[in-house]
Amino acid sequence: MRAKLPDAEALLPKLAAELKGRITPATAMIGLHTGGVWVAERLHALLALTAPLGVMDIAFYRDDYAKEGLKHDPKRTKIPFEVEGRDLLLVDDVLYTGRTVRAAMNELFDYGRPRSIALAVLADRGGRELPIAAQHAGAVVEVPAGKRLRLKRADDGRLSLELEDGG
Amino acid sequence: MSLLIKGGRVIDPASGRDEVGDVYVDKGRIAEKKGKADETIDARGLVVAPGLIDLAARLREPGQEYKATLASEMDAAVAGGVTSLACPPDTHPPLDEPGLVDMLRRRAKALARARVYPVGALTVKLAGERLTEMSVLAEAGCVAFSQSNVPITDTQVLWRALQYAATFGYPVWLRAEDKWLSREGVAHDGDMATRLGLAGIPAFTETIALATILQLVRATGARVHVCRLSTAAAVDMMREAKKQGLPVTCDVGIHYVHLSEMDLGYYDAHCRLDPPLRSQRDRDALASGLADGTIDCAVSDHAPVDEDQKQLPFAEAETGATGLELLLPLALKWGAARKLPLARTLARVTSDAARILGVQSGRVAPGAPADLVVFDPDEAWRVIPAALRSQGKNSPFLGYELAGRVRATIVAGNVVFRQG
Amino acid sequence: MAANPQLNSHGELQHLLSIEGLPRAILEQILNTAESFVGVTEREVKKVPLMRGKSVFNLFFEPSTRTRTTFEIAAKRLSADVINLNIAVSSQTKGESLLDTVANLSAMQADLFVVRHGSSGAPYLIARHVKPHEHVINAGDGRHAHPTQGLLDLYTIRHYKKEFGALTVAIVGDVLHSRVARSLIHGLTTLGAPEVRVIGPQTLIPAGIAALGVRVFHDMRAGLKDCDVVMMLRLQNERMAGPLLPSAQEFFMNYGLTAEKLALAKPDAIVMHPGPMNRGVEIDSPVADGPHSVILPQVTFGIAVRMAVMSIVAGN
Repeated sequence: MRAKLPDAEALLPKLAAELKGRITPATAMIGLHTGGVWVAERLHALLALTAPLGVMDIAFYRDDYAKEGLKHDPKRTKIPFEVEGRDLLLVDDVLYTGRTVRAAMNELFDYGRPRSIALAVLADRGGRELPIAAQHAGAVVEVPAGKRLRLKRADDGRLSLELEDGG
Repeated sequence: MSLLIKGGRVIDPASGRDEVGDVYVDKGRIAEKKGKADETIDARGLVVAPGLIDLAARLREPGQEYKATLASEMDAAVAGGVTSLACPPDTHPPLDEPGLVDMLRRRAKALARARVYPVGALTVKLAGERLTEMSVLAEAGCVAFSQSNVPITDTQVLWRALQYAATFGYPVWLRAEDKWLSREGVAHDGDMATRLGLAGIPAFTETIALATILQLVRATGARVHVCRLSTAAAVDMMREAKKQGLPVTCDVGIHYVHLSEMDLGYYDAHCRLDPPLRSQRDRDALASGLADGTIDCAVSDHAPVDEDQKQLPFAEAETGATGLELLLPLALKWGAARKLPLARTLARVTSDAARILGVQSGRVAPGAPADLVVFDPDEAWRVIPAALRSQGKNSPFLGYELAGRVRATIVAGNVVFRQG
Repeated sequence: MAANPQLNSHGELQHLLSIEGLPRAILEQILNTAESFVGVTEREVKKVPLMRGKSVFNLFFEPSTRTRTTFEIAAKRLSADVINLNIAVSSQTKGESLLDTVANLSAMQADLFVVRHGSSGAPYLIARHVKPHEHVINAGDGRHAHPTQGLLDLYTIRHYKKEFGALTVAIVGDVLHSRVARSLIHGLTTLGAPEVRVIGPQTLIPAGIAALGVRVFHDMRAGLKDCDVVMMLRLQNERMAGPLLPSAQEFFMNYGLTAEKLALAKPDAIVMHPGPMNRGVEIDSPVADGPHSVILPQVTFGIAVRMAVMSIVAGN
């Protein structure tokens, strides 16, 4: 029997409520392309953060370049605030092996030295291959073998979690 | 020694004879059959024709033995069905002294393969300044005088050289090339050269020089054979010159009726040739000109080049392609593409060349020297280095399959090559 | 015709030898990737660890400080190791052959060769002989191609003009000897620029240039009319007095870019130059330093573009 996936739209206000306690004057949020940016845009609005939203593409920090090369057109990383001394909130859609977050932290440190970094994800599917953890997760999702958990955005902006074939 | 070549398709291009029959050879000449032959060649299913006569084949001796030797290139000649060849004077040193000519002829004779006709240098060291002792060289065996690929730039010298040669009736073989215009170029000055960023040699490099040559022929009466036409315009000029009765003939390198500047591809240095491969329109005009006889004959322009000299950027690579073993299949390919009778195709590499060389070979007729080739026109073979006996493996046709395989070559009645 | 030597069997870029023959999608991939690298070059830590452990060999058979330096900077910003080899080759000295040089370097575990050579086609010869994991980037071969320059020129044009679909571009000067011109022409026609013009005296325009899809002008004023982009080519000293041109002064009179001539182009036209400039020969100082000039940004973009090319090619 297939477990029902959580409703992404419902997870957003839940996550925002949890994060509220973390917000400091030094807080700034960074979403990871592409799904993480979608989530971060919504959270940024819900939390009414003062610092503008940062977006990051980790293409140049991935650990699989030797095997895969530079596969897709990287999107631009835009960090419109000083990283130095910030309490950073990294936001991604799905947390899985932890490699994306590792790369994101490496890239962040090339911008400056933050005071702290916390990770918020919409869905944690387990399967960590590195010692990385999310401080806040909207939901824990079990993903059957041979499937991928993906965040989709409809034309009207509605977010939804879906399963796809793939490793 | 007598030889019977039995049951082949006998073609004598000069007379147009093309029928199945026997050819009998005795004492070095073609004869009427008399008694039993010492040796028989079964030529059923094969063509029996005069041995090929190649007016331009470099043997690289003397002086360039690291590229090729007389022995290897003579092996290549007879493997290609070539029974007579003329070698240009661009040896090291050039053939401007009777001693060198004499040595070359002796060495060739000792190897007992194809007949070698040396072409003497027109000027000393080919430098285009002083005339060579043409009479002395003629006596030593030179059949004509030439500058090979080193045109004379001083028109005064060219004029005088032609006058002198005309005095004695010596034929002069000349490339039509204006050295000033071709000085820096490495490829035809057209679309490909622009695209590849190669310095160009315009077509008028040939026509300007040809106009000069033709005027000088008119003024001196010298018999001139124009070598290696490369442009459509030059073909038209030759047609007109012949119509006006000038004592001129011309040839084309067999590669040039097949290839054009397009074949340079991604800087294939095997296509670095002199003259350059030109436009497709030029190629087509050369192929037509050879068919209608405006161009008298085709030559291999054989130039063995060490592979190291070809594995270089295009402009730095040495010019030339190996050709003795490809003259026959490439001539057949040309003839087939134009749907010519086989006799006419073969004429361009046998009887017509013989006429220019002034020799009796090139005929399959009683009394003619027994210089013959027996070949299978349909058998295909792949052009790979191992298949070539020449030390020059440099060919634009490497990897291609060509039809036309020599089974036996006979020179002066002796079987000098046999295969299959 | 042989398969395109720049692409591997999956149609991915394995060598960058020329813009000609590259599909539009690959050109756009390079430009888009370069845009991300511009972001990297603007922050304080200008490095990314992408090519850490990779060795980039700069093989310059023709001397060049500028181009070599930008490739070196680009490679280092990718965290690659860079080895510079300046091999002066004169036609008289017959030293080690080109292929022997490459084979020796290959034995030292090279990943990427950046090659500049005086003979057109040299990088193709090298690319035919390197090992499967080795990549070749052409930094300029004879008068044939300078693809990274072409790409940074395209990037610059895209940065200021956004779209290629309605552009009129003029390339002025010694087109005959210019690899920069050829590369830009191929890039513009592939990306759909409807009108590409070359402007120069007959002596400096090659015979087959129209076949590349350009319009030839000998009158500079006519050629500049309504242009969106004006690219001035460098005139080399050797060309200035001889059978091709009588003097630098006369060249400037007929083909030098001044404010007065530039006024014939569109009011928001941009002026480009591959550098180094000969002030007073191709272009006068007020224009070179003026508001239309994007010559300095070209240099900045050049580093990002080269980072993009190296990271795409070395990953395939």
